Amino acid sequence: MQLKIKYFGMLAEVAQCREEDLHCNEVTVYGLLKVLYGKYPKLKEKNFQIAQNNELLSPKAKLTTGEIALLPPFAGG
Amino acid sequence: MKEHKHKDVFKQGAITPVFIGDCIAKHQSKTTVGAHNIFLGQVRADKIDGKTVSTIEYTAYDDMANKKFNAIREAAFTKFNLTCMHIYHSLGKVRIGEICLFVFVSSPRRKEVFEALEFVVEEIKATVPVFGKEIFEDTSHRWKVNS
Repeated sequence: MQLKIKYFGMLAEVAQCREEDLHCNEVTVYGLLKVLYGKYPKLKEKNFQIAQNNELLSPKAKLTTGEIALLPPFAGG
Repeated sequence: MKEHKHKDVFKQGAITPVFIGDCIAKHQSKTTVGAHNIFLGQVRADKIDGKTVSTIEYTAYDDMANKKFNAIREAAFTKFNLTCMHIYHSLGKVRIGEICLFVFVSSPRRKEVFEALEFVVEEIKATVPVFGKEIFEDTSHRWKVNS
């Protein structure tokens, strides 16, 4: 499955990019996390959530092709 | 249901007192309104480990943030008897003492605006993907987390 991963805030510092294309054989959030932790071990120390189609996903949620966002804690206002 | 049209929430840089004043002035023509309530979020010079914050640089996941702002707007109009409501949030750099969030709710009666304003501000803090880089006077930084 082809994904575009977007990194925000401190996570962009960890990945050293704001977005990247990623081919991923995993179909769940949990599976994607394993891939990302392998690629960026420092992500394990970070607190973040994953969103697709503008909604936060649970670890068991299924992914679909397209954009995925890694969101650190919100700090609006 | 009444349609509440989408507006641009994000503004580049600080929200100025002049902009806020103009916004208030524009509501003088809305003569069914009897009460306004306003929240202004201001950047604080927090001291952390002996260093002082001088600026917050805001970024957002725009698509999701705009969708969440719209959801908050719709929820507020459903829950409360509001005549109108405006939300403005800064992106980019905002210095200490400057305004980064402006929420403005209006209703025929006062009780509604007190409750509605708190609801809207708390929802923004909890659900909108905005991120704040707290930049210290020595140019080092850390990432802000809402408490």
